[in-house]
Amino acid sequence: MSVAAELDGPAEPFRLSQLFYDQRYRSITLQIITIAVFMLMVSWLVTNVIQNFEDLGKTFGFDFLWQPASYDINQKLIEYSSVSPHWKAAIVGILNTLVVAFLGCILATIIGVAVGVARLSKNWLVAKLMTVFIEAMRNVPVLLWILLASTVFSSALPSPRQAPVMLGGGFVPTNRGFYVPAPVFNDGSIILGIIFIASIIGAFIFRRWAAARQARTGDILPVFRITMAILILPVFVMFFLLGMPIGLELPELQGFNFQGGLYIRSSFMALWLALSFYTAAFIAENVRAGIQAISNGQSEAAYSLGLPPSRTMNLVILPQALRIIIPPLISQYLNLTKNSSLAIAVGYMDVTGTLGGITLNQTGREMECLLLVMGFYLIISLLISGAMNIYNNSVSLRER
Amino acid sequence: MSDTHAETVRYVATHELPALPAPVNTRGPAAWARANFFSTPRDTILSIIVGGLIAIGLWKLLPWLVFDSVFVAGSLNECREIDSGACFAVVTSRFNQLIFGFYPPELFWRPILAFVLMLVAFAPVLHDNLPRKMLWFSAVFPLLAYWLIWGGTIWGPLMIIAMIALAFVAFKAVAKSVNPVVGLLAAVAVGILWMLFLHDPIVSALSSAVNVGLEPVESSKLGGFQITFIIGVTGIVASLPIGILLALGRGSDMPTLKMICVGFIEFIRGVPLITLLFVASTLLNYFLPPGTNFDIVLRVIIMVTLFASAYMAEVIRGGLAALPKGQYEAADALGLNYWQATRLIILPQALKISIPGIVNTFIGLFKDTVLVSIIGILDPIGIMQPIRSSAEWNGIIWELPIFVGLVFFIFCFLMSRYSMYFERKLDTGHRN
Repeated sequence: MSVAAELDGPAEPFRLSQLFYDQRYRSITLQIITIAVFMLMVSWLVTNVIQNFEDLGKTFGFDFLWQPASYDINQKLIEYSSVSPHWKAAIVGILNTLVVAFLGCILATIIGVAVGVARLSKNWLVAKLMTVFIEAMRNVPVLLWILLASTVFSSALPSPRQAPVMLGGGFVPTNRGFYVPAPVFNDGSIILGIIFIASIIGAFIFRRWAAARQARTGDILPVFRITMAILILPVFVMFFLLGMPIGLELPELQGFNFQGGLYIRSSFMALWLALSFYTAAFIAENVRAGIQAISNGQSEAAYSLGLPPSRTMNLVILPQALRIIIPPLISQYLNLTKNSSLAIAVGYMDVTGTLGGITLNQTGREMECLLLVMGFYLIISLLISGAMNIYNNSVSLRER
Repeated sequence: MSDTHAETVRYVATHELPALPAPVNTRGPAAWARANFFSTPRDTILSIIVGGLIAIGLWKLLPWLVFDSVFVAGSLNECREIDSGACFAVVTSRFNQLIFGFYPPELFWRPILAFVLMLVAFAPVLHDNLPRKMLWFSAVFPLLAYWLIWGGTIWGPLMIIAMIALAFVAFKAVAKSVNPVVGLLAAVAVGILWMLFLHDPIVSALSSAVNVGLEPVESSKLGGFQITFIIGVTGIVASLPIGILLALGRGSDMPTLKMICVGFIEFIRGVPLITLLFVASTLLNYFLPPGTNFDIVLRVIIMVTLFASAYMAEVIRGGLAALPKGQYEAADALGLNYWQATRLIILPQALKISIPGIVNTFIGLFKDTVLVSIIGILDPIGIMQPIRSSAEWNGIIWELPIFVGLVFFIFCFLMSRYSMYFERKLDTGHRN
């Protein structure tokens, strides 16, 4: 009892300056000042907004979302026409954002990993070529790449009548867009789908069994080849037994334009390719850094244990490198998603183009529209970074 | 016994043997080529394929890009008549627009002077063997540059300097007699009061008495790389201190301060810059007192700075987290208070660790300035479209992006190289 009381010293009357000089009170004082200043600023901003809205005769509300949008969107994944309400236009935009972000992440990962590994090549030409690619991509604004791709696709490509038909009708670049074969699903394609899903499950079961067997007996099966066989063979056999239920519809030139097949707008293509290549350069650097961060001792130790190179890579190098690569990789995905809002520069109707663009201009609801658009991107960001945190916790080194 | 010994030592060197030449296979260009191009059969095939592709690419590209390109012509048609290559005449003939936007040509000396002075102002920051007194010029430079570019009366910038001096005096006086925190509040109060009530009357009175000034230029006349530099450099200079404060706030043990900082950082990092620029162009006026209408360039600079400072804060937080705990404890053990410890022990090391990230953020900010073209500011990318749709240059595709991209590449590449040099220079050789 007495020690603490003695340390507090003789009971002095409270002085005002103690609020600043006494450690017991200072933190609280400063926090109160912080909150006060913050609240003052917020209330100042809010009163300004209310005053300005009153002066302009504006109201705040989201009822405009149910009015007809009365504009068309050229790329839509769901039913939408110009009489649909604004909220539906926003959904179309959100889906378009997600499509280009998703496909962009896939392509960027493929290119980025390939370039990052190639940059570490012992071959001088390959390594330097990849360095040039990375530096050129990273040091030029992505908006410039997007605009360049869009200009080239719309002005330098031939008109449909002169367009080259590549890969036997598989790919037709024209100045109006790109035509690729569309898949056609006939009767029996559902059966094929079910078989495919079943073989995926089968492959998983086989891998678990093989791992358990290896743990029990020490025998190693050729897991990769058998998995591939399980995945491909049944589908392949059934595909012909069912009389080829899934076919391809090739684009064909009819009159001035191509008919049939899948039509990809050049605005989408420009955005997708530019974003993917730009992000790939950053991913390549992350991959290179991740691989270089694993010390030589790791692979030497694995070799001295008698592991062949492929197993060294799969069991020793990659698991450690991935732990370093994946967090920055995911933040690159996040960047790509946010950069996809540059779609507005090439007329691809993503959420910034519909809700933050045309809807905003038509209804004059800047505050509401921008709040919604920002909210959408915020949710995506928080979801992705939440997933990243879970991953980080699951792979982080258990330190004792 | 001696016989055996005589048999084992058969040869004793009496003079030093000359050094043998190094093996041919490990030195010289041939060996280098062998190691880098032809070390294995697979490598050889790869080298031949890649080298062939590069050669074909250059063979096709170089005539268009260099040998047959045209640098002086009045229109695209003239270009095509002169030669078949790239028409860089569009860059030379519209060079002033690409650099200065629609700035009045007779006043070009002002932005040029500002740019040269900017290099002078950056010099003492980037090279520490220059006299430290030059930093005073660096401190005055922002106002000088503002005056040079936008023009107007000189009393505006001078009175801002007077305001800063006054606020500093107030801070010193109050901090000495009462308390540093109260001193800071007093300085801020002096600044706000000055700007609200005194600034405009004093400036107008002084300029009506002694009219010293430059011809004013409106913001809408600014464009090209000039605006890129105005936004980029201001953003870079302002985002670093704000980022440091945000990072310190995020690491603070005061929950309210921490929450505000975290909220701000996560919000800014979660939304794309373009939405913030939309806020700047359409929404910001709603948040200000009725009747205020301040410059779009300034609004954009504020948004870009806030955007970059959130990223900066995360980079610096990484640096702070990477410092060993012993450094914090040693500072405490020396009896330093929070600001002393931060200024003398923590920040110098944390900033050094985070240099690569800081410069990456700078480069990102510099590249991100082109987004202002979407809200209608005529930066180099914004000015490309009117040039492409003009009668003379209709149909030009590659040349403008090549020029603009090259300029961006040069500056961003220089920044990244400088950061590597700086990192090496600061490297003390001992880790942690």
